Amino acid sequence: MMGIANTEVSETPLVLYALRRADDSLILGHRLSEWCGHAPMLEEDMALSNIALDLIGQARELYTYAAKAEGKGNDEDKLAYLRDVRQYRNLLLVEQPNGDFAQTLVRQFFYSAFADLYWRAMMTSRDTTLAAIAAKSEKESAYHLRHASEWIIRLGDGTEESHRRVQAAIDHLWAFTGELFSVDDGERALIHAGIAIDPGTLRGRWLTTLSDVVSEATLVLPQNDWMQQGGRSGRHSEHLGHLLSELQSMQRTFPGLTW
Amino acid sequence: MRMYTQALNTTETDDRGLEDAAKAAQFQARIDAEERIEPNDWMPSAYRKTLTRQISQHAHSEIVGMLPEGNWITRAPSLRRKAALLAKVQDECGHGLYLYAAAETLGASREELVDAMLAGKAKYSSIFNYPTLTWADIGTIGWLVDGAAIMNQIPLCRCSYGPYARAMIRVCKEESFHQRQGYEIMVTLCRGSDEQKTMAQDALNRWWWPVLMMFGPPDATSQHSDTSTKWKIKRFSNDELRQKFVDATVPQAQYLGLTIPDPGMVQDADGHWRYSEIDWTEFKQVLAGNGPCNRDRMAARRKAHEEGAWVREAAAAYAAKRAQRPTAQAAE
Repeated sequence: MMGIANTEVSETPLVLYALRRADDSLILGHRLSEWCGHAPMLEEDMALSNIALDLIGQARELYTYAAKAEGKGNDEDKLAYLRDVRQYRNLLLVEQPNGDFAQTLVRQFFYSAFADLYWRAMMTSRDTTLAAIAAKSEKESAYHLRHASEWIIRLGDGTEESHRRVQAAIDHLWAFTGELFSVDDGERALIHAGIAIDPGTLRGRWLTTLSDVVSEATLVLPQNDWMQQGGRSGRHSEHLGHLLSELQSMQRTFPGLTW
Repeated sequence: MRMYTQALNTTETDDRGLEDAAKAAQFQARIDAEERIEPNDWMPSAYRKTLTRQISQHAHSEIVGMLPEGNWITRAPSLRRKAALLAKVQDECGHGLYLYAAAETLGASREELVDAMLAGKAKYSSIFNYPTLTWADIGTIGWLVDGAAIMNQIPLCRCSYGPYARAMIRVCKEESFHQRQGYEIMVTLCRGSDEQKTMAQDALNRWWWPVLMMFGPPDATSQHSDTSTKWKIKRFSNDELRQKFVDATVPQAQYLGLTIPDPGMVQDADGHWRYSEIDWTEFKQVLAGNGPCNRDRMAARRKAHEEGAWVREAAAAYAAKRAQRPTAQAAE
C-alpha cells in the first residue's frame, strides 16, 4: 500500500497567517481536551472542555478560511490531520504538556491574555472573514481570560503548595511567551495592508494584564528575558510529534474516508 | 415560615408508630394522585434512602461514563466529530452536576456521595466498564447506550420525586440529541468502506449484550422493584423496558445493514423481537467489580480526585482568606 502523503500547502502570507492561528487554537484546544474526565473537580472538567470546544471551533473557522484562501481543494480536516510536525505552525507555548493543573492554567493565562487583546484588535482587520472570526473569538477569549486569571489568583494566594506550583509553572513557561509577538516579513506585509495587526503593539497591555493578576496572586514574573522561538516556522519542541500521532492516527490509518 | 419537622420523627414517643403510619398513608395517597413529592415534604425514610441511592448512582454513571467516550476525544477522526464528542462529554458532566444537586435535596452531600463511589461502596452503570476499542464504539455508545438510557429515563420524567423528574426532563433533551449523533456516526460508517462497515459490526457485536444488561436484572430477581413501583419511582419493569428497547432497535440495525449478534432472535406474533437468554453471570461479575474496565475506571476517578486535592484545598484556602479580608480591614 502507498504511504499517505502529507497535505501540500501553498503558504502564501495570508494562508500561512490563518494557518498559524488555526494551529494555535487546535493544539491548545486538543491539550485542554486531554483533561476531560480527569480534572480536580467537575466544574473544572466542564470549564476546560468548554474552553477546548471554543478553541477547536476557532481552529475550524481559521482552517476553513486558510483552505479557501489557498484555493487548492484542501479543507479543515486535510490541514489538521495530514500535515506533519514540520508543517505545523503553532506557538511553542500551546504545545507544552498539561503538566499539573497549575501548568495548564498558566499556559492558558499567558495565551488568553494575549488572545483577548489580539482578537479585539483584529476586529478592525480589512479582511472581512478574519474580522468576523475575531468578533466571535473575542467574546470567547474574554471568558477564557477571566477563568484563567481567577485561577492564577486562587492558586497563587491559596496554600503554600498551590503558590509554589503556580510560580514554578510561570517560571517554566515564561520563555515561550516571546513568540506571541514575533512577526516575519510575510506578516509585516499583511500588517501594512491592514489585514493583520502588529502584535508588538499589544505587548505593553499584555504585560500590564499579567502584572496585575500575578501581583494580586502574590506571585512574580521572571526576570529572565531569553525567549524560545521556532513554532511559527515548524521547529517545534519534542512534544508536538506525540500529540499529532494521537490526533492524526485515524486519518493516517484509514486515509481518504468520510467519518 | 413552615417548619420542616422531619428530624422530629426520631424523637421517641409512644404514638410515633401510629403517627408514621398516618403520614405514610397520606404520602401514598399523594403518590397515587400523581402529586410530586418535594424536598420539604414528609417522606418515608426508605423512600428517601432508595432515591438517594438511585439518583446518586445515576450521577456517578454520568461521571464515570465520561471516561469511555473521553478515551476517543484526542483521536476523533474529523474536527467536526471531535467538537461534537467534546460537547457531548461536557453535557454528561453537566448531567452529573444536575443529578448530584437533585440527590442533595434529599439531605446527602455531593462529597459524601462521591466518596462512597470512590470507595467502591456506591455503584454506577455496568455499561461503563466496557472498553472503547475503535471509533465505531463511539457511534455505538451514542446509538445504543444513550438509546437505552433514554428508554430508562423518559419514564423517570414522571417520577414521583419532583427534583429527580425535573432533572430527567433536562437530561433527556440532551440525551436524545446525543443518541441521534451516535446513530449518524453509525450511518456514516455503514455507508462507508468495507473496513468501516466491519468496524461498525464489530462494535455492535461487543456492545449489544452489555447494553441489554443496562436495564437491570430480570423482573423475577429485581430487588428494588416492588417498592419503587408502589412509590412511582419506577413506572415500567426492567423486562418491559428492555423489550421496548429491543423492539425499537432491531429496525434501526436492519436499516444500517448490521446483524444483531443473537442468532436465536425471532419476531413473535405480536411483533415483539424475542431475544435469547442474557448472560447474567457476566452481569453479576461486572457489578462485583470484575468487568473489563472496572479497575481502570475507578483508578482514573481516584487519580483525578487525589491529584486534584491540592487545587480544591487552594480554592478553599483562598475563599477563606477572602471571607476574612473585609473584617481584617475593618479592624485596622
